[in-house]
Amino acid sequence: MRKVAMVGAGMTKFVRRALETPKELSYEAAKTTLDSCGLSLDDVDCVAHGTAPDAFDGIHQNGEYMACGSGGWNKPTMRVFVGGATGVHAIAHGWYHVASGLFDTCLVVCEEKMSSAMPHAQGFFLTIFDSITERPLQPNLLWIFALEMNRYMERYGYTKEDMALAAVNNKRNGLKHPASQFTDEVTVDDVVNSEMMAYPVSRLDVSPVSDGAAAVLLAAEPVARRLTDKPVWIEGVGWTLDTAYWATRDLSYPRYLDKAARMAYDMAGIREPHKQIDIAEPYDPFDYKALHHLEGLQLSPRGKTVELLRDGHFAMDGNMPMCPSGGLLGVGNPIAAAGTMKACELFWQLRGEAGERQVPGNPRLGVAQAWGDLMQVSSVVVAGI
Amino acid sequence: MKEKVQVSGGTGLSAKDVSSGKIFVTDDSLDCAYAWDTGVAVNRYLAELKNGRIIATECRKCKRIMLPPRLFCELCYVPSNNWVYVQDTGVINTFSICHVHWDASRIGEGEKPHLPAVIEIDGASEGMGIMHLLNEVEPDQIKIGMKVKAVWKPEAERTGSINDIKYFKPIE
Repeated sequence: MRKVAMVGAGMTKFVRRALETPKELSYEAAKTTLDSCGLSLDDVDCVAHGTAPDAFDGIHQNGEYMACGSGGWNKPTMRVFVGGATGVHAIAHGWYHVASGLFDTCLVVCEEKMSSAMPHAQGFFLTIFDSITERPLQPNLLWIFALEMNRYMERYGYTKEDMALAAVNNKRNGLKHPASQFTDEVTVDDVVNSEMMAYPVSRLDVSPVSDGAAAVLLAAEPVARRLTDKPVWIEGVGWTLDTAYWATRDLSYPRYLDKAARMAYDMAGIREPHKQIDIAEPYDPFDYKALHHLEGLQLSPRGKTVELLRDGHFAMDGNMPMCPSGGLLGVGNPIAAAGTMKACELFWQLRGEAGERQVPGNPRLGVAQAWGDLMQVSSVVVAGI
Repeated sequence: MKEKVQVSGGTGLSAKDVSSGKIFVTDDSLDCAYAWDTGVAVNRYLAELKNGRIIATECRKCKRIMLPPRLFCELCYVPSNNWVYVQDTGVINTFSICHVHWDASRIGEGEKPHLPAVIEIDGASEGMGIMHLLNEVEPDQIKIGMKVKAVWKPEAERTGSINDIKYFKPIE
């Protein structure tokens, strides 16, 4: 397999409701990415793009609709479609297009427009529950997170205050991200005292509904070296899924991520991820998920994550900053685009280009992760410089 | 070093931008109807629920007694057609107290919060939970590990549905 690098990255602002259509959002992110590395669409050999559920847009076969916006005209174009895991999965997908030797460059574009779904995009997640044994109970999407969060907290004796620390950390980092949809810092008290939606989930434990897009340009080694003196190498990729019988799993530990992470680390030759990884972008649609996922990523011992968080281990000046971008909690959560935003963050951080929120000490190795479908799919990318 | 983060587009709209008519919006509404066949395994599960019993299947290889029952064990990928009755009691694995509807609208004043739970059913393998609802319990009294029992609809009202169990309630 050939070495593959990220050579450009770009994104739109994440906003609650964007004027742009999905196609226009995709174009903005993709064009900005091409501009960032001085390329035009003629230099793109293929396109790997992603958007999560068709139901958000009410457009069947949404990938084909979106393709012109992602630069897919007259090119081999494939859509990735694994719910929330899409944004990082699309990077893995683009990676093997190039690593295989079939293409020299691949434009990876992920987009989500959640604001079109009325009255609320959350309603469209109902159809992920089992149609016969669960949907007649009239579930609501929040249940699944509330049930998992409660089990995770119970398992290790964590409190809501403990979980809120992750929201505070990520939201603080996100204030320095130019694409963030937030302007205010929050405290642990703010999170704990925010409206109780589905115990133990309060409103500020949750990332917002957003519109936006993000993209990266992947290139094979010789092309990458010609384009930039700082290619950010894709060192490893991994993805796996767990059983769809979610209520029969151990909800306190993300087994779906364990294997994906090990697959990516093996490819990257990483034996001790908790020591070797400099920056982590675990998927954080909820504050507890950031911590749950740090454990699944083998970056924190099970049940010790809150202790490390309180000790500053995951702070911007700690040993392993968590979500320097701000993550979904701090930048926004346009589902598929959010995962790709995390890969963009690795690109900027590892090149020392993240400005005000640059992680100190020249980070050299980072991991980004996303998660989706019926709480069962995870995708991981390890990047290094 | 100077920031080189590339951001373009993502023009935020306010509610006023839309209501003032400055931004044009096209509305549509999809009405999708389906009739799902319940399948080889779950069809029998539903038939037994109608009888007031919970039935599971056992994997021939790993011997897991699984709920909901399935034609094949998805872990071992072998048939799991050994049918086993399990209890209608169990233990709360996890629960929530939910104050919002499916569309994120808030429950009304006087409306009880919804009480979803994962319940590990007695007689099935350890950790084998199903999602269902709790009732006949004050929300602040619910605890993980609490023993619960199914409250069935009267026989004449059962239709062969997961809702033939109205909910689970705590037992001593």
